[in-house]
Amino acid sequence: MSFEWPWQYNFPPFFTLQPNADTRQKQLEAWCSLALSYCRHHKLYTLDVMEAQESPMFNNKKIERKLSMETIQIVFEELRKKGNLEWLDKNKLRCLVMWRRPEEWGKLIYQWVSKNGMVNSVFTLYELSNGDDTQEEEFHGLEEWMLLRSLQALQTDGRAEIISMDDGKDRFIKAL
Amino acid sequence: MDRFSWTNGLLEINETLVIQQRGVRLYDGDDKAKMDVGVALLSTHRLIWRDNKNHECCIAMPLSQILFFEEQAGGIGKSAKIVIHLHPTPPNKEPGPYQQSKYSYIKLSFKEHGQIEFYRRLTEEMTKKRWENMPVSQPIPTGTGLQAGRTRAVGIVGIERKIEEKRKETDKNISEAFEDLSKLMVKAKEMVELSKSIANKIKDKQGDITEDETIRFKSYLLSMGIADPVTRETHGSGTHYHMQLAKQLGDMLQAPLELLSPEDLVNACKMFESLKLPLRLRVFDSGVMVVQLQSHSEEEMIASALDNVSDKGSLTAEEFAKLLGLSVLLSKERLLLAEKMGHLCRDDSVEGLRFYPNLF
Repeated sequence: MSFEWPWQYNFPPFFTLQPNADTRQKQLEAWCSLALSYCRHHKLYTLDVMEAQESPMFNNKKIERKLSMETIQIVFEELRKKGNLEWLDKNKLRCLVMWRRPEEWGKLIYQWVSKNGMVNSVFTLYELSNGDDTQEEEFHGLEEWMLLRSLQALQTDGRAEIISMDDGKDRFIKAL
Repeated sequence: MDRFSWTNGLLEINETLVIQQRGVRLYDGDDKAKMDVGVALLSTHRLIWRDNKNHECCIAMPLSQILFFEEQAGGIGKSAKIVIHLHPTPPNKEPGPYQQSKYSYIKLSFKEHGQIEFYRRLTEEMTKKRWENMPVSQPIPTGTGLQAGRTRAVGIVGIERKIEEKRKETDKNISEAFEDLSKLMVKAKEMVELSKSIANKIKDKQGDITEDETIRFKSYLLSMGIADPVTRETHGSGTHYHMQLAKQLGDMLQAPLELLSPEDLVNACKMFESLKLPLRLRVFDSGVMVVQLQSHSEEEMIASALDNVSDKGSLTAEEFAKLLGLSVLLSKERLLLAEKMGHLCRDDSVEGLRFYPNLF
């Protein structure tokens, strides 16, 4: 299924940072939503900012408009504030994109676990993200760091326990 | 021979060589001169003689020194000669080979012939007296030495002198040209003084501005192209003046205005409302000020702007201006206002600034 662009994507003013405060707020919301859904569709978990500027996400070749680096940074800052983005470096060149927040993932995972009657069972991270059983699940193929965060969120919630063996090399999860 | 002076042999600026003849021996009166055989040169100004072997030994005398001259035919063992009788030595004569002489004539002995031509040319020069029409510089006296003290005008010294003369000429031209400017500045200074005096009087409200000053001032203004100004003098200073101006403006907005200072114009415009004139001064966020008819309310302007833009899909300030017959500045201000109100949004790209209806 190809990605469906929002109507704003083909509206030239969408690519100019609007001076009117109210207009700008709506614009940025639309950008955040677009960025997240694009990453979700393509299963992108990390972004390189330079590459992103040239990717279709921020660059609409058809109407010959693209977001300026300045505006991209503003959009990313909005995402960060919402908890959907985390900078990997000080220079803000690479970031983690959490188009689904860890808590949301955790909830999905727990739902699957409980639906399959696997509460109190122990399984590895790998089983969760790459196991045959989870193929239909959205969290299938989830990158390890994201999975871990999601489980940590569950752990904080008291709904899972992360067991580390061999000095942290192997991890097991027990859903509670 | 005491009429001769040492020389370096170079010709002056206006001096030209007429003829030269080698193999000439000089005689002091009837006695052979102490020099050897040399070259005799005749110029438009002087009679010059130079030693063959020692070129530094060079002497000359002005032709004006010559009283008269005659030929002396040669014979067997005797060369043809020209005998030249001379005027008494002038007091400022430069040093020469002879301090004194008992003779007042010299002879040129032509050992290698050439006396006929020389005689002919000498006659010519003495007749023409060209040295009288083409003066050369005065000799600069020097103390001793073989070299004469005269400065020569050929060679580097000549070039230097020419440069100096040219510089003096240029200087003179520039000074003359600036004379006009000085006159203008004097006039301007007068005007400034007068303006200051009037301004001070108005400020201090001291004494009346004399009629004479008024006339002078008006004449200055007239010469600058201000025909019949509403001057502060005739209509008083401050607000009253601006009120009058405002009324004038209100009446003749369409007609070309007289020359007016921008400050006065703005102050007058500020009075529109209080004077119940159908005009308003409007100041935009950017600082741009416009005069507009009162009938133009803000909402109307914005609504019409939105209509126009929606109609065309999008508009630039230039396109909008053309559509409405407004100035680009004014149309841009209107679009910006509509954007501020949230009715329009902007597309800023390399193609320019374009406004769209705000679909966000």
